[in-house]
Amino acid sequence: MDISRFERLSDTAWQIPPTGAMRVPGVIYATEELIRDMDDKVYDQVTNVATLPGIVKASFAMPDAHWGYGFPIGGVAAFDPDDDGVVSAGGVGFDISCGVRTHLTGLSRSDIMKVQGELADALYAQVPVGVGSEGKITLDDAEMTAMLAGGAHWAVARGYGRPDDLERIEENGRQEDAVPSAVSQQARKRQRRAMGTLGSGNHYLEVQEVAEVFDAGAAEAFGLKEGECVVTIHCGSRGLGHQIGTEFLREMAVAAATYGITLPDRELACAPIKSEVGQRYLGAMRSAINCALANRQIIGHLARQVFRRIFGEPDLPLLFDVSHNTCKVEPHAVGSVARHLYVHRKGATRAFGPDHPNLPEALRRWGQPVFIGGSMGTESYVLVGTRESEELAFSSACHGAGRQMSRSEALRTWSGREVLDRLKARGILVRSPSLRGVAEEAPGAYKDVRAVVDAAENAGLARKVARLAPLICIKG
Amino acid sequence: MSEAGDGSSTGLAHWEHFQHGADIGVRGIGPSLASAFEQAALALTAVLVNPGTLQPSETVEIELEAPNADLLLYDWLNALVFEMGTRGLIFGAFDVAIEGNKLVARAHGERVDRDRHQPAVEIKGATMTELSAGEVHPGQWRAQCVVDV
Repeated sequence: MDISRFERLSDTAWQIPPTGAMRVPGVIYATEELIRDMDDKVYDQVTNVATLPGIVKASFAMPDAHWGYGFPIGGVAAFDPDDDGVVSAGGVGFDISCGVRTHLTGLSRSDIMKVQGELADALYAQVPVGVGSEGKITLDDAEMTAMLAGGAHWAVARGYGRPDDLERIEENGRQEDAVPSAVSQQARKRQRRAMGTLGSGNHYLEVQEVAEVFDAGAAEAFGLKEGECVVTIHCGSRGLGHQIGTEFLREMAVAAATYGITLPDRELACAPIKSEVGQRYLGAMRSAINCALANRQIIGHLARQVFRRIFGEPDLPLLFDVSHNTCKVEPHAVGSVARHLYVHRKGATRAFGPDHPNLPEALRRWGQPVFIGGSMGTESYVLVGTRESEELAFSSACHGAGRQMSRSEALRTWSGREVLDRLKARGILVRSPSLRGVAEEAPGAYKDVRAVVDAAENAGLARKVARLAPLICIKG
Repeated sequence: MSEAGDGSSTGLAHWEHFQHGADIGVRGIGPSLASAFEQAALALTAVLVNPGTLQPSETVEIELEAPNADLLLYDWLNALVFEMGTRGLIFGAFDVAIEGNKLVARAHGERVDRDRHQPAVEIKGATMTELSAGEVHPGQWRAQCVVDV
C-alpha cells in the first residue's frame, strides 16, 4: 500500500482519517515495511468497516492484516448496540471460532526425537485430517444440541479431556447465550460426523519445541521451558461454522437494505444487533463457537491418548485455548464510560492484559496467552496480552503470518514431495494425506511471522514470551 | 488466471481460477448462463482435484431459486459445497438448466478416494467477494466468485 495515504501516529501505528461515509478513523498497527507489503484491498476494507453503523473508536487492523472478505483478515471492530450498532456475519467469517490451543508435554526435544517417526504416524492415525475425513463420533440431533449449548463442557462430560482443562479455555470452555435452535438442519448435517476432525488448508496439529524464551517470568507461569515440547492444535468449527457463515452472509446481505444499511461491499453483510436476524445470528454464531471449543477439546484428548500410549505418564496439561474469528460482548472503557460492546475479531486474537477478571488465577498476574501460528515447518510464537492493548485495540493482537503467495503459484513453485524432503532434512516430519495440499502450504508461501510478531510487540498489542519450532506437523 | 480447463484457447465453454490473497477465485465462461454455472462448478472441483481424473458414478439433483443471478450462483456453489461435505462426493460433470431465477441441476460425482484423488484442500464456502454472474459480451456469459478454503 502507498504509505502516503496514512497519518503516522508512531513507528507501528498508522491512521486513515475519516472521510466520506467513514464514521471513525482506520488504524493499522504495523511497521512501514509491513504496510508497504499489504494489498491495497486492506486499505479499502479497513475504511469500509469504518462506515458501518454503531462502530466505536476506530476500524483496526493488526500487523498480519491481509485481504479478507468484507473485513480484512486481521481486522478488529467494536459496535455499540445502543447506537444502532451491527453484528456482521462477514466480520466473523466462515470459520467461526477458528483458533489455537497449546498443551504442555514436559518432554524434552530428545524424548520426542527418539520416537519422532512413531509419534508422527500415531498422531496422524489418531486425528482425522484432510478432505473427506470423519471422526469416530456421530451426533444425533439431541447430542448435537447438547454440544452446541455446552462447548468444551459437553466434551469433558462425554469423557474427552478433564474438568481442569476448562478454566484454560476462553469463556471457561462454554460460550454463554448460544441458541442451538438458531442452527439450521443443513449446518447440523455438515457436522454430524465431523467432531474431532482437524480439517485442511492452514489447519494443523504440531509438536513443537520451545526454542527460545523472551520473557522468563511469563514463560514460567505458562509452563514453557526452553528445550521442552508442546502440542499445538489449530482448527475451528468445521462444516457447521462454515454453513452458518454461508447462510447468514446471504440473509444479512439481502436484509441490510431493509434496515437502511448501505453496504459498501456485499461481504460486509450485517444487521443491527437488536434486530431479529442479528439476534438469531448471534445465537447461531455462539453455538458455532461452542462447536469449535468442543472440537479442539476432542482433538486435545486424541493427542493425549497417543502421548500416553507412547510415553506412559505425560498428561498434556492445557496451557490455553483461544479463538481468532469471533464476535464477543465485552465491557470496554470508551472515554470515561464503560460500555458493553460487540467486538468482532476476524483473524485477530483476544489479548487480555494482566489482572483481567476473565483469566484463570494462575495466569491472571501475567495476562492472557496469545498464540501466533506460523506455517507448516516455520516457527510459531507465544505472546502475552498487555495493559496497553485495551486502549490500543480493545485488547486484541495478531493471529498468524498470512500468505504471501497464492495456492496456485505455490503449486507451480514447489512439489509436495520436495517440500516434505526439505523439511525432513531440517528434522521436521510432516504427515498429510495430500501432496498437493503440502505444496500449497509450503513454508515459502507465507510471510515471515517474525516481522509480524515484532510489530505487534513494538506496537504494544502483546509481548513476546517464547518462540516455538516444529518437530512434527500433521496437516490436512 | 492460474489454471484453466477445457476450451480456454478456443473461446468455448471453459473455467479458470483467479487469485485472491489467501484463497482462490473460480470462474466459469460459456455461451449461456447455465453453461457458465456448469463451468464455475468445474472450477470449484478443480480447487480440490483435476476434474478430468474423476469417474462420476453418483448423481445428485439440486433445485434452487434466488432473487438474482449473483445470489443464484452463490447458492449453487454453496449447494455443491454442502453436498460434497455431507455425501463425501467430488463432482466432475454437471447439467444445469436456468429459467428466470430458478435453477435445476444434476451434479455427477464419485466418492472421495483420498489415496487416488489426494484432494488438496477443503472448501469452506463460496463467498460474495468478486461475485458476479451475467453476460459480459454478446453470447458470452461469465459466473465467478472467490471461495474460502
